[in-house]
Amino acid sequence: MSPAQWDLPPELCCRPMAFVALTGLDVVYNAVHRAIWDAFCANRRADRVPISFKVLPGDHEYPKCRTKRTSYEWYIPKGILKTGWMNKHLNLVPALVVLFYELDWDEAQWKEKQSECATKVEIVRTSLQGRNTKVAVVLIQKKTPLPPGEDVMASERAAALCNACDLSGKSLFVLPHTDHLVGYIIRLENAFYEHAQTYYNTEIRRVKSHKEFLNKTTHQLLFVRHQFKMAFFSELKQETQNALKHYRSAYSLIHELRTHETNILEIKTMAGFINYKICRLCFQHNTPLDAIAQFRKHIDLCKKKIGSAELAFEHTAWMSKQFQYFGDLFDEAIKLGLTAIQTQNPGFYYQQAAHYAQERKRLVVQLCGGPESNLGYPAPDPLETPTGVLDFYGQRAWRQGHQSIDPPDPEKEKGGILALQTREKEVPHSELIIALLSNAVAQFKKYKCPRMKSRLMVQMGEEYYHTKDYTKALKLLDYVMCDYRTERWWGLLTSILSTALRCSYLMAQVKDYVLYSMELVGRGSTLSEDQKSRIQKNLMKVLKNEPPEAEPDCSPAAVKAAQALWSERGTQTSREDIILEVQDSVPFVQCKARFLHPSFHLDVPVQLHVYLLADCPHPVRFSKLCVSLSNQDYNQHCVVESPDQAHDEEDMCLVPGRTHRYAFRFVARAEDVGKKIEITGVDLMLGSKSSRSVFLNWRGGGGDAASSLEALQAMRSFKRRGRLPENEVDWDTVSIQASTMIISRVPRISVQLHHEPPALNNEMYCMRVTIQSQEDAVAHDVKLTAGLKPGQDANLTHTTHVTLDGSKMCDDSHRALLPDIPISDLQPREKVEKPLFIRCSTTGSRIFLVHVAYTVDANIEGRDIVCKCHKVSFEHLERVFVDVPFLLMTDILSMSPWPLHLVTSQLQLAPTMSAVDQPASQVEEVVLQTSESASECFCLTCPPVHQGTTAVASGQYVISWKRKSANTAIPMVSTVITLPHVAVETIPVYIHADLPSFGRVRESLPVKYRIQNRTGIVQEVEMSVEPSDAFMFSGLKQVRLRILPGTEQEMLYNFYPLMAGYQTLPLLNINLLRLPGVSGQLLRRFLPSRIFIKPQGQQADGDSIAAA
Amino acid sequence: MAVCIAVVAKENYPLYIRSVSSDSELKFHYTVHTSLDVVEEKVSAVGKVLVDQRELYLGLLYPTEDYKVYGYVTNSKVKFVIVVDSANTSLRDNEIRSMFRKLHNSFTDVMCNPFYNPGDPIQSKAFDSMVSSMMVQTF
Repeated sequence: MSPAQWDLPPELCCRPMAFVALTGLDVVYNAVHRAIWDAFCANRRADRVPISFKVLPGDHEYPKCRTKRTSYEWYIPKGILKTGWMNKHLNLVPALVVLFYELDWDEAQWKEKQSECATKVEIVRTSLQGRNTKVAVVLIQKKTPLPPGEDVMASERAAALCNACDLSGKSLFVLPHTDHLVGYIIRLENAFYEHAQTYYNTEIRRVKSHKEFLNKTTHQLLFVRHQFKMAFFSELKQETQNALKHYRSAYSLIHELRTHETNILEIKTMAGFINYKICRLCFQHNTPLDAIAQFRKHIDLCKKKIGSAELAFEHTAWMSKQFQYFGDLFDEAIKLGLTAIQTQNPGFYYQQAAHYAQERKRLVVQLCGGPESNLGYPAPDPLETPTGVLDFYGQRAWRQGHQSIDPPDPEKEKGGILALQTREKEVPHSELIIALLSNAVAQFKKYKCPRMKSRLMVQMGEEYYHTKDYTKALKLLDYVMCDYRTERWWGLLTSILSTALRCSYLMAQVKDYVLYSMELVGRGSTLSEDQKSRIQKNLMKVLKNEPPEAEPDCSPAAVKAAQALWSERGTQTSREDIILEVQDSVPFVQCKARFLHPSFHLDVPVQLHVYLLADCPHPVRFSKLCVSLSNQDYNQHCVVESPDQAHDEEDMCLVPGRTHRYAFRFVARAEDVGKKIEITGVDLMLGSKSSRSVFLNWRGGGGDAASSLEALQAMRSFKRRGRLPENEVDWDTVSIQASTMIISRVPRISVQLHHEPPALNNEMYCMRVTIQSQEDAVAHDVKLTAGLKPGQDANLTHTTHVTLDGSKMCDDSHRALLPDIPISDLQPREKVEKPLFIRCSTTGSRIFLVHVAYTVDANIEGRDIVCKCHKVSFEHLERVFVDVPFLLMTDILSMSPWPLHLVTSQLQLAPTMSAVDQPASQVEEVVLQTSESASECFCLTCPPVHQGTTAVASGQYVISWKRKSANTAIPMVSTVITLPHVAVETIPVYIHADLPSFGRVRESLPVKYRIQNRTGIVQEVEMSVEPSDAFMFSGLKQVRLRILPGTEQEMLYNFYPLMAGYQTLPLLNINLLRLPGVSGQLLRRFLPSRIFIKPQGQQADGDSIAAA
Repeated sequence: MAVCIAVVAKENYPLYIRSVSSDSELKFHYTVHTSLDVVEEKVSAVGKVLVDQRELYLGLLYPTEDYKVYGYVTNSKVKFVIVVDSANTSLRDNEIRSMFRKLHNSFTDVMCNPFYNPGDPIQSKAFDSMVSSMMVQTF
C-alpha cells in the first residue's frame, strides 16, 4: 500500500459521465476520421451533453460479463465494493458502442459493403456478450443527404442495412462529411446521450431487481453495494437527485452493518466514499447546510470506530482525510460561488484534518516503537497481493474477502500489522500536517480570523521544529510572537518563546538565544522561578562565551549536535557585538530615561536620569550604559562604564526588583538654543568586551512592548505604595521624558520705554528707550533695533517713519524700522538712553518693536512694546450759503490726552470764495486741554457763480500745532483740513434791513429796508407790514412798487417799541408779482426777525447782539 | 458544566482564565484566544446593525470537534468565554446563559471592590469559588 492509501480513488472524485465507445475510426491515418474525432473531443463545454468518448478498435475486447446469478441463496459476499467496479463502468464498459462505417447510399458495391458492416456489428456484439450495451452505426457519407422521403434508394437501403445488422432504425445514423461537421456531431452526440441514458436506466433496474433475492442475514453487504451501484448509475445518467437518494440509503445501510475489528476498515472506507459523494452532490445542489449536516453525522458516527488498537493511527489518518476532503469540497464550492462565513469555512476542516494528522503522528510514535519493531519487515510481504491490488475497497491484503469476526490466522494478522506499522513509520507526517495547516491558515486569513491564523502558524512552527527545520520554525514563531505580545497573552507567549529558545539553542544562534532567554526570564514570562533561574544561568554562560546547558525536551542526538555547534561558536575569534532591539519585546531589564525638565536654560546643565529595573531572578551585572542623543556631541557625557572590574562595583549590578538610577549632566551648546534634544536610544551592554558583549538597545527613552499599559494600570491603581528608602524610587512613578528643549538664558538687562501715548497724527512722536545693564560683566556689542514691528499691515509700513533725529520733520525717505543701531558697551549697572522719533501719517494702532541685542556669554533678549497713535480730529458745520456774506465757523476739539499747543491757524480760501474782511487767526497760541475746543469764525462771501453751479469749494483750513510738552526744537505739525463744498443759490431779489442793534421802550427805532433787483428785468414788488403787539410803527403799510434792473428801492419805517426784551419785529410781507415762484418766505430769511428792546430810562450799554 | 472559563479584558488580554486540567491548559488558552476572533466580529456586527444592545450573550461562538465555545460581552466590552465539552449534550442554551449571568454578577462584585484596579488580573476568592462551582468537577 502506498502512502496515498487514504486518498480517495480518482474514479470516485471525478464527475461520472456516460461512457460511449467509438469504433471504426482511424484517427491516426484517416484525416476525415481525425476531423470527426476532434469534433467529438474539442470544446466539450458545459452546454454539451456529459459524455466521455473513447476511440476503440472494432475488435476491442470489452470486460467479460460474468454469468448472471440466478439465485443468491448460497451466495456469501466477500466485500462491499470491488475496487475495479467504478472504473469499469466509467472507462471500460460503454453504454453505447458506435460503429463508424464509410458508406454512401449510391455505393456501387452495396451488397458487399452492407455485409461487411453487418460483420463488424456482429464482432462488437459478440465482445459485448451478456451486456446491455447498445450498438449504433454511423455511416460516414461524402454526399449531403436529400431531405427524408425524397431519396427512395436511401430509405430502401437504410432499411436493408438495419435488417442486415439487426439494428433498430433509431440506431442508424448518417454523418455527411461536409462543412457543417460540428453541427452534425452535436446532433449525433445528443442521440448517443439518449441511448446511453436508456442503457443506464436498464442497469439501474437490473440492479434493483436483485433486491428481492436478498436476505438480511447474509446479504447485508449487498444491500449497500446495490444502493451504491444504483446511485452511481444514476450519476452516470446525470440524475443527481436520484443518485443522492440512493447514496443516502447506502449510507444508512452501511451503518447497519455489524462492525468488528476485521471489517471496520472496510466499513469506514466505504462510509467515507459514500459520504464524499453525498457531500459533493449536496454542494452541487447548492445545499451546503445539508452537506455540512451529513458530514457532521458521518464524523459523529465514525469517530469512535477506531478498530484495532495497534493500528489506531489508521483511524486518525482516515479521519484526517475525511476532514481534508470535506474542506476541499467546501473550498471548491466557494470557488463556484458559495459564500462562507467566519465560523463556517473550510479552514476549520483543514484545521481538524491537521489535528488528526498530528494525532496520527503521535500514535505512530506510541505504537510503532514497540519491541516488535525490531523484528524487521515480515519476509513474505503480507501487504502484497497476487494481482498487486485489492479485490475490495478497505480490506486487508492478507485476508481478502474474509468476513467473519475472528481473523483466520493470528500469525498472519500479526505480520500484517507489523508490516503496516513499519510502513507507517516512513510516512512524512510532519509534511502532511504542515500542508494541512498552511491550507487552514490560508482559509482563516480569508475569513478574518487573525488569532486562529496565529495559532495555526504556531502549530506549523512547532511541526517544523519536530522535523528539525529550525530555521523555518523560528521564522514562523517569530512572526506570530508579536501578536501574542501585543495582546498580552503571556502564557501563550511563554510557550512559543520556549519552543523558539529550543530552536535557537539547537542551531546555536547566539543572538536569538539571548533575545528569547531575556524575554523568558523577564516579567512577561509565566515560567516558574526555577525555570527562569535556569535560563538566566544559561544566559550568563553565553555572555561569558561558554556553551549553555541543553534545553529540556530536546532529543539527546540533537543536543549533541548542538553542543558541538556551541563550542564551535565559542572558539570563533572574530566576534561581533550582538545588538538586540528590545523595544518590541518584553526583556528582563526595563529602562526608562528622562530629562528632569521639559526645557533647560542654556546656562544650566541639562540633567538626565536613566532608570533601570531588572525582573529576573538573579542580579544582572552590566558593563556599560550609554545614552544616545539627537546631538551626538553630548553622548560622551552620558556613559556609565566600568574601566576595570573594581570600579563602582555596586553601581553596575542590577538587583532584581530595585529601581536603579543613573544620573547624567552636561552643558548644552549655544548652537542648540531653540532646538530639541532627544534621546534617540539607550544602550545597555551586558557581558564584556573580552568574552561576548550584548547590547540591549531601547529606541527613544526606553519602555517596551508591555510598559505603556503597565504605566496606565499603575496610574489607575490606588494601591498604597510602600514607603521606600530615601534614595530609591518607585518604578511606576517614573515617566519617560525623551526630549528637552534648550532655551536661551534669561537676559539680565532692563529695557524701558518712556513715551506718552497716544502718538498724534503726523506728530514727531518721541519715545525714549532706556537700557540698563544688570549683568555682572560688561555687555558688548549692544545693538538696538527699533521701529514698526514687521509683519503688520503693509500700509502701516508706508505711513510710519522712524528717525533718531528729532530736529526735523521726517518724510517718506525714512524707514519704518531702524535695525541694529549701535550703542556703546554697557558696564554693569550702566544706563543708556536713546530718543526715538516716530511720525505716523495715518491713524490706527501700531505695534513697535524695540529689540536690544548684546553679547555677554552669548545671550540675547528681546522685548515688544505696544504703542498707540492718536490724532487730533476736527468737526465741521455745514450750511447752505447764498451770494451774500456768511460766516464760516470752525471748532477744534482736542482728543489728545496731552495738552496741545495751537501755534496758529490759517484759512486758505478757494478762488470761489472771498473774505469780507482780512481774516486773522483767532486761536493763535492757545493751549487746549483734553476735550477742550477752540472755535474760529470768518465772514465770507461767495462771488457770483456760473448758472447751474450748485456747489463751490470753500478752501482749506490749516492748523499748526505741537504738543505742549514738546521742546522747542521739535518742529510744528501742520494739519490741513479741506473745508466742505457749499451749495450756492442765486436769488432774484435781495432784501436787506438797516436797523440799530437794539431799541428802547418808547423810543423811536428807525428801520430802513432796501430791496435790490438782481435780475435783468423790472420787478414789481408788493409789500405790506403786518401789525404787531410789541410795536407801533409809521411808514407805508402796504405798497406796490417797481424796481428797475440792478437798482434798489428804500423803504423807511419808524418803529416804536412798546415792550422790553427780545421782540419779534413786525412781519414784512413781500410778494414778487413777476416771479410767483419766489415766495416772501424765502426773502424774509434775509431779514432780522427779532430785536432786543431795552427797558426805558436806564443808561447802561448792553452788549446785546441782534440775532443773525 | 464548563471545562474552561475565561474573562478577557476590553483590550483582549486575559484577566482570568481557568481550565479543568492543567495539562491541557495551554490548549484552552489557545481556544479562548482564537474565539476572540468571533467575538470581535460579532461585537462589531452588533455595533453596525444596532440590534438589541442589551443582548450581551453572543451564543455559540464556534464548535470544535471536542468543545463548544460560548461568548458573552459586557457593556464595557469585557468578554466572558465558557468552553464546554462537546460530549456534554445535556447542557442547554438557557443554562449557558444563566452561567454567564452568574459570572457577570460575580464579576460586577469584583469590580465593586475598591481595592481592585480595573484591568488587573482578577484575584478574588469569591470569584474563584463561583467559577469552581461552574466547572466540571474533577476528582
